[in-house]
Amino acid sequence: MSDTIKQVVMPKWGLSMKEGKITRWLVSEGTTVGVGDELTEVETEKIASAVEATDAGVVRRILGEVDTIYPVKTLLAIIADASVPDSEIDAFLAAYVPPAVEEDEEVVDVYSTVTLPVGEIRYAKYGSGDKTLIFIHGFGGDCDNWLFNTSGLADQFTIYALDLPGHGRSVKGFTDASLSGMADVILSFMDALSIDSANLIGHSMGGAISMKTAIKAPKRVKSVTTFGSAGLGIDINMEYIDGFIGSDSRREIKPFLEQLFFDAGLVSRQMIDDILKYKRLDHVPESLRELADTVFTGGKQSENLVEAFKATGIPMTAIHGADDKIIPAAHSEAAKSFAKVEILAGTGHMAQMEKSKEANALIAAQAK
Amino acid sequence: MARNLSMKDAINEALDLEMRRDPTVIIMGEDIAGGAGGQGEEDAWGGVLGVTKGLIGKYGAHRVMDTPLSESAYIGAAIGAAACGLRPVAELMFLDFMGVCFDQIFNQAAKFKYMFGGKAQTPVVIRGMVGAGFRAAAQHSQMLTPLFTHIPGLKVVCPSNAYDAKGLLIQSIRDNDPVIFCEHKNLYASMADVPAEAYTIPFGEAAIPREGKHVTIVAYGLMVHRALEAAETLAKEKIDVEVIDLRTLSPIDMDTVIESVEKTGRLIAVDEANPRCSIAADVIANVSENAFKALKSAPKAITAPHTPVPFTPALEDLYIPSAAQIVDAVRNQMK
Amino acid sequence: MSNNPFPLPKEKLLEAYTKMKTIREFEERLHVEFAKGDIPGFVHLYAGEEASGTGIMMHLEDKDRIASTHRGHGHCIAKGVEVEGMMAEIYGKSTGTGRGKGGSMHIADLSKGMMGANGILGAGAPLICGAALASKFRGDGGVGITFFGDGASNQGTVLESMNLAAVWNLPVIFVVENNGYAESTSIDYAVAVDSYIDRAAGFGIPGVTVDGTDFFAVYEAAGEIIKRAREGGGPAFLECKMVRFFGHFEGDAQTYRAKGENEENRANKDCLKIFRSKVGGAGVITEAEMDKIDQEVLARIEACVQQAKKDPLPIAKDLLTDVYVSY
Repeated sequence: MSDTIKQVVMPKWGLSMKEGKITRWLVSEGTTVGVGDELTEVETEKIASAVEATDAGVVRRILGEVDTIYPVKTLLAIIADASVPDSEIDAFLAAYVPPAVEEDEEVVDVYSTVTLPVGEIRYAKYGSGDKTLIFIHGFGGDCDNWLFNTSGLADQFTIYALDLPGHGRSVKGFTDASLSGMADVILSFMDALSIDSANLIGHSMGGAISMKTAIKAPKRVKSVTTFGSAGLGIDINMEYIDGFIGSDSRREIKPFLEQLFFDAGLVSRQMIDDILKYKRLDHVPESLRELADTVFTGGKQSENLVEAFKATGIPMTAIHGADDKIIPAAHSEAAKSFAKVEILAGTGHMAQMEKSKEANALIAAQAK
Repeated sequence: MARNLSMKDAINEALDLEMRRDPTVIIMGEDIAGGAGGQGEEDAWGGVLGVTKGLIGKYGAHRVMDTPLSESAYIGAAIGAAACGLRPVAELMFLDFMGVCFDQIFNQAAKFKYMFGGKAQTPVVIRGMVGAGFRAAAQHSQMLTPLFTHIPGLKVVCPSNAYDAKGLLIQSIRDNDPVIFCEHKNLYASMADVPAEAYTIPFGEAAIPREGKHVTIVAYGLMVHRALEAAETLAKEKIDVEVIDLRTLSPIDMDTVIESVEKTGRLIAVDEANPRCSIAADVIANVSENAFKALKSAPKAITAPHTPVPFTPALEDLYIPSAAQIVDAVRNQMK
Repeated sequence: MSNNPFPLPKEKLLEAYTKMKTIREFEERLHVEFAKGDIPGFVHLYAGEEASGTGIMMHLEDKDRIASTHRGHGHCIAKGVEVEGMMAEIYGKSTGTGRGKGGSMHIADLSKGMMGANGILGAGAPLICGAALASKFRGDGGVGITFFGDGASNQGTVLESMNLAAVWNLPVIFVVENNGYAESTSIDYAVAVDSYIDRAAGFGIPGVTVDGTDFFAVYEAAGEIIKRAREGGGPAFLECKMVRFFGHFEGDAQTYRAKGENEENRANKDCLKIFRSKVGGAGVITEAEMDKIDQEVLARIEACVQQAKKDPLPIAKDLLTDVYVSY
């Protein structure tokens, strides 16, 4: 293994990912890159994103071909300093033994269910560590919204990501469709799994749920990290919410999903199909409508949690995409007086996916 | 978590969920429970391949009705009962048996609404096994989808996997028109991730199990799996195949097919039916008419031959379109 | 208070006569209008058979269902389908029972339990097994009547339905309206058994044969088996022996008949004359009351023909509608 020759391989995003398709190279042979620069766009079953350089140097060889599917860990490119001779790189490649394609390695089923007063809740558990993170998705989402984050943080923390009632594979009905009712679900989840206290990470409506949980049970919440959070202001893109609920075909829903991202190209067919499959489960549209009517009554956010959360004194990081079209970044900005605020440029409403590296660093920093 | 269910169990689950939800849903067919009138067990078979097992225990013999060997009578009865407000799901054990009851299906059920000026509805589902590969020979192995697709007033559904089978059967039962629901006997054992809850899939929406930009392969039922196999092989040759699974043949999602051909410029239609007036022929005619300028090469139909289904395994295996045939056809188009 | 020797009260007798007279005048008028060339397609006339349909239908309500044959006008009228909609349908007008898209052979009114005249002989039998199944399932006491002729009595669908109805104990009455001819073929040629009762017994179903030109004979026999079916006694088979006055279809030269057969039928087997003769002197209804009905019926038929001729045809857009509930 050469120190000077750096391998760019097909990454593993989420424990179920087995392969990915290269859709576009963003660099060519000869491009100088720094750590974190995007090299290539990859599409998987669940998600589309970019592979970032983990080393600085010059892109010396591009091996992966566009529109081709490669198993995880396949060598896609070589980065090396300009001073490394081509012959050395050739020799490296000649001697290179690709890693064995793990057929069905540890088919670790990370998903389980737990029965709470509201009904059956699905959740995923990853990693181990003495600190616990609980990830809470937003309106219309599910625990897989956090795939880039759970995989990036599993070596440091014990991680739970759950499907809220009405979402994913959890029960499709609410006892109480308000933020308070959802906070009760989080607390009963923690009770059922004997989690005394945890760091809550919430996206959008999930951010508001995290804050509400902290307000209701401050002793159970060590910190809160939010992405594009609700609960910090009044504005909500109701056209998106209504469009999401009302759409029943790919053509109808695509433009709404595109509003979630800075780069509309991240909306893959698989993502659309997965969301439609969820929406076609019995009772989902009615559940989403009930939730929207409660949490976004009259087209505005129903609750502002700023004062109540401030009073808890619990540490918080509020992350927001500068180009968020669903909830304006200004909401998180206004949290400066009690939270660490990070506004990410070139980022939409799905900051935890669009800028997963920064996101994970911020989550880890807040939870530590 | 993946909740892996076979297509057979997914179909059973769809029937179970709908019978639980709607008391007007009844099922009938030959041996769908089995053991009727005998001294042995009730629910002796649960359908010839066990697809309807367990339902008579949950819902009773007045909703899970074994029938005498009388397709024209009981399929007609299911249709008449549907016109009178029940929602029957009647089984034609093998869709090949439609010959003895086709009048009730194509002259009665399909035409009531039209002939009676809109003042009737016939929410019946007729489900039956289709397809070859079981060595069941000529009269138990056909893919007769084109015959039903041709008839105005009928809807025709043919899922390729367990997830689609459950959603499409639930949709069929909730639909208010007569639906022919085709179950490929060679896919009963195929597994997929199937949610426990009820869900629907709209008719007239094709699925795209694989995206690609060099060639469009349109298929349904078992042929979707052959197309996907072919695509894997072709990917190694850097040929990027898009596979479209029609899922429903009437209504048919030609918009998705045309959009795909406008992207790839090449079309192969794979169909287990015989070639004359097949679904493949229909798709190719439609694309030729509506997307001619986009085509870079002549569209190709890959179907069974113009023969009955042979019995002996070696011949039956030749009868059913293979992944190799599809690969060859694509390579030819790419030249 | 005069004694009523009949099994129906006075207003029901008047109702029965009105139904039969309406059928007769409707069919006679169609015979005339068809010959003028204004009516498209085919019509098959029920004149002469009125007592059969009416004798049975007098026992039925809207929840009971019937299925008919190509010769369906009489069944429709007896079951309560309005003649105005029927005539418009026969003329192919948009005001017809089927908005002009079904025609004479497919007249239906599901709200009155009339599941349609049918161009496919014997097709009604399985459908009525289904209707009876639905009634039995709901426990609403309804019955299903399937009408077919001596010709269609041989169709597999009829025979299979007889077995199915017996196996499932369905409230179905199988009625063969035996007018002696399947189109041009005599029953003596086409039906192997001498008596339909024997055929019914072969299927495990009780059978009864009546003179179909005698309203009261039909009414009594039908009453018994319909009551039995309603009470869960299962299916039964009724043969009504009768004649039809016209050809199989309008335009049929009827060369298969014996010489003088039609004249003989009109003279001695006219069920309306037979009804009037039985009822006339009994002191329950007067001739004058029946004559009044005659006038009213003629006027109504005249009006519905004029209306049907004036009514609009369907428009081009109608070609494509009503195929599906949704597509």
